Amino acid sequence: MKFTSIFKMASAATIATAMVGGAAYADAMHPVTGEKLAADQTFTYRLLDGIPTLDPQLNEDVSGSDILRDLFEGLTNQDADGNTIPGVAESWEASEGNTVYTFNLRDNAKWSNGDPVTAHDFVYAWRRAADPATASPYSWYIDLMSIKNGSEVLAGDVAPDQLGVEAVDDHTFKVTLSQPLPYFVAMTTHATVFPTHQATIEAHGDQWTRPENMVSNGAYKLTEWVLKERTTRERNEMYWNNDATILDKVVTLVINDENVALTRWRAGELDRTEVPSGQYPRLKEELPDEAHSFPRLCNYYYTFNLSDSGPEAFKDVRVRKALSYAVDRDVIVENVLQGGQFPAYTFTPGATAGFDVPNVDFANMTQAERDAKAKELLAEAGYGADNPLKFDMLYNTSEGHKKIATAIAAMWKQKLGVEAVLANMEWKTFLETRGNQDFQLARGAWCGDYNEASTFLDLVTTPSGYNDGKYSNAEVDKIMADAKTSSDTSAGYTRVEQILADEMPVIPVYHYTGVMMLKKNLKGWPFGNVEQNWYSRNLYKVAE
Amino acid sequence: MFSFIVKRALSAVPTLLFLIIFSFVLMRLAPGGPFTSEKPLPPQVLANIEAKYGLDQPWLVQIWNYVSGIVTQFDFGPSFRYKDQTVNSILSQGFSVTLVYGFWSFVVAVGVGMPLGIIAAIKHNSWLDYLAVGISIGAQVLPNFVMAPLLVILFTLVLGWLPGGGWNGGQWQYIIMPVIALSTSYMASISRIARSSMLEVLHSNFIRTAKAKGLPMSSIIMKHAIKPALLPVVSYLGPAFVGMITGSVIIDVYFSTGGMGQYFVDAATNRDYSLLMGATIIFGSLTILFNMLADIVYAWLDPKIRLA
Repeated sequence: MKFTSIFKMASAATIATAMVGGAAYADAMHPVTGEKLAADQTFTYRLLDGIPTLDPQLNEDVSGSDILRDLFEGLTNQDADGNTIPGVAESWEASEGNTVYTFNLRDNAKWSNGDPVTAHDFVYAWRRAADPATASPYSWYIDLMSIKNGSEVLAGDVAPDQLGVEAVDDHTFKVTLSQPLPYFVAMTTHATVFPTHQATIEAHGDQWTRPENMVSNGAYKLTEWVLKERTTRERNEMYWNNDATILDKVVTLVINDENVALTRWRAGELDRTEVPSGQYPRLKEELPDEAHSFPRLCNYYYTFNLSDSGPEAFKDVRVRKALSYAVDRDVIVENVLQGGQFPAYTFTPGATAGFDVPNVDFANMTQAERDAKAKELLAEAGYGADNPLKFDMLYNTSEGHKKIATAIAAMWKQKLGVEAVLANMEWKTFLETRGNQDFQLARGAWCGDYNEASTFLDLVTTPSGYNDGKYSNAEVDKIMADAKTSSDTSAGYTRVEQILADEMPVIPVYHYTGVMMLKKNLKGWPFGNVEQNWYSRNLYKVAE
Repeated sequence: MFSFIVKRALSAVPTLLFLIIFSFVLMRLAPGGPFTSEKPLPPQVLANIEAKYGLDQPWLVQIWNYVSGIVTQFDFGPSFRYKDQTVNSILSQGFSVTLVYGFWSFVVAVGVGMPLGIIAAIKHNSWLDYLAVGISIGAQVLPNFVMAPLLVILFTLVLGWLPGGGWNGGQWQYIIMPVIALSTSYMASISRIARSSMLEVLHSNFIRTAKAKGLPMSSIIMKHAIKPALLPVVSYLGPAFVGMITGSVIIDVYFSTGGMGQYFVDAATNRDYSLLMGATIIFGSLTILFNMLADIVYAWLDPKIRLA
């Protein structure tokens, strides 16, 4: 088994670290790489905004998850490449046709107050996540994990103690699923299913996440939280693998403006910050060792309104294809975005695990061929100089979205004589308008909840609550429903992408990259983890 | 005087109540809600959350619960966005920041602006006047969103004297740049108002009489001119003080101070109903309070005004 060998390596690293002397790092070497470590092991990074919550079961925020992965530890973790590795669970086995999972928990895992971490803590937390009284915005994750009675608990039809989770003994946690789910174990790295400390929550209620109250089981504990200003987390001496942790302290500073953040990064106040849009090429040239670009599991697209309220023209597949073909994605990526993003011809990003980018026909044409085809298709559909196609193009207010929309509209105008009228709306107004199908063509973007193509392709199924364009195709629905229980999904996903290329319900524009500035003495960043699930305990600072 | 204060305080109640109801309705009419997101919640999950926050009740019940919570327990409710925080705790965190930098900005704006305006008026058309007018016009035309980055470039990147932002419990190094950026335009306004009203007073008949009596210039200014010259400044100071202590979104965004100005704007974009209402009520109450104080100081300075 793969995870046992990784576990052995981790244990070896632990022993090696213990031998070099634990937490005092002046003149110490990294136990594996042998690099000389800096005396000050503090990592400071920028947050866009205050963290909405540090309650694992209530969290729905990416930056919140980054902090929670340090403060808490779930059954499993991810390694630098995104593989699932043991966390509180040392090992696990599936039985009864992959519908029952039994996790064997390590006996040395402790809470920050010294209590042992047991299977009961997981039972408590998972029930709490599903309980309607908790009112977690991520409670649907329990349902997504196909846990037995998940949706019934969520709906309030059965009590939370009927959820398919059980503490067989203190160190054996059993989960029963309503149907086999091939990627179930990988889903346990998510913050929603981290354990929480029942006695603390019952004693402090909503205030249990305050630094003075919080009891957690991760490599770090929360020591400071000023909502829109900073959080501080420091080494948790009780963590079972504390000896392998090198960074002593992690600080987040809330800085809304990305340019301000870059200035403060330059002033040495931050170790990590995002690259402001359009500045990547300049920064890469100036600071090649510190400017980084890496693929992310997110797509950017425009969706046609195919519902009854949508324009008649978009019901014609030739119009949709013509508009998609005429978008020069290379120009958008290279001249507008300039952050190493990938031109998109499929809905699912190529970086998604187990997803082979299918050979869709329009991806193989040159842009000149696509433009010629676009003109031909639009003329066939009956649009031309005497009958120009005209529609509204909606995006949420932002300089970045405006630049892209302007570029796309100009391409359509120039190549096809199409009149796209730009309209922008404040964020929540935009979401409501798009969600009510009160649009013609609207911007969309999606970041995967987990590293598997269904997190993207579920969006184009008929029952999806996120399918704002109301595209509906029976074959797509069937393939995606079957994929839930199948262990070989790649042929199905390829077929769905091919259908999308043929019917073009959305115009994929590009796939995201993360662009950030990282001080060169900070090491261990998992660039190979496309979900960017990073753990501070794997990072370290070398002496300069 | 006492009956004036009581009357003004009583009239503040319907004003505040109107403010609450008006903002409540306006807020609810805005499209989207606190739980509208890029990934829309499944209906059952949304229903659970709305039940928890009482959003499933009729508007009238909601507003009644809200107002009675404030009146009986001074409880502004839970924040819809910051799920581990109550609005009370957010307001106290945010205000503890803006009160500090707002207070010091006020001190700087008044402490520099007033003498600058008065000296300019006394030394009318001299180089001192031109310098003072130059400074205040310069400060007026340099908006704080231009001033803030310039300060950071100078003090953080070039000189390396001050941190580029943050608050850190309100240590002095973190306060200086926000205070300079926030106070300059107020300082300029105060100086211009002080100068023009001082000039007007200095040209009035009773000053000419005082001069004719042979009083020295210094005692004319201190005894006769200052008090009436301050009147227009005082009526400006009330709203200006509220403006400063309720913070500025530009200062909060640029210097990442974590102050109230930013919370207020974000509460609106996040549709954090309870936080938005809480901030509106506090801002409204402060505005009413300081306008009242300005009226009282005004009456004390000018016996012609009778409070009744």
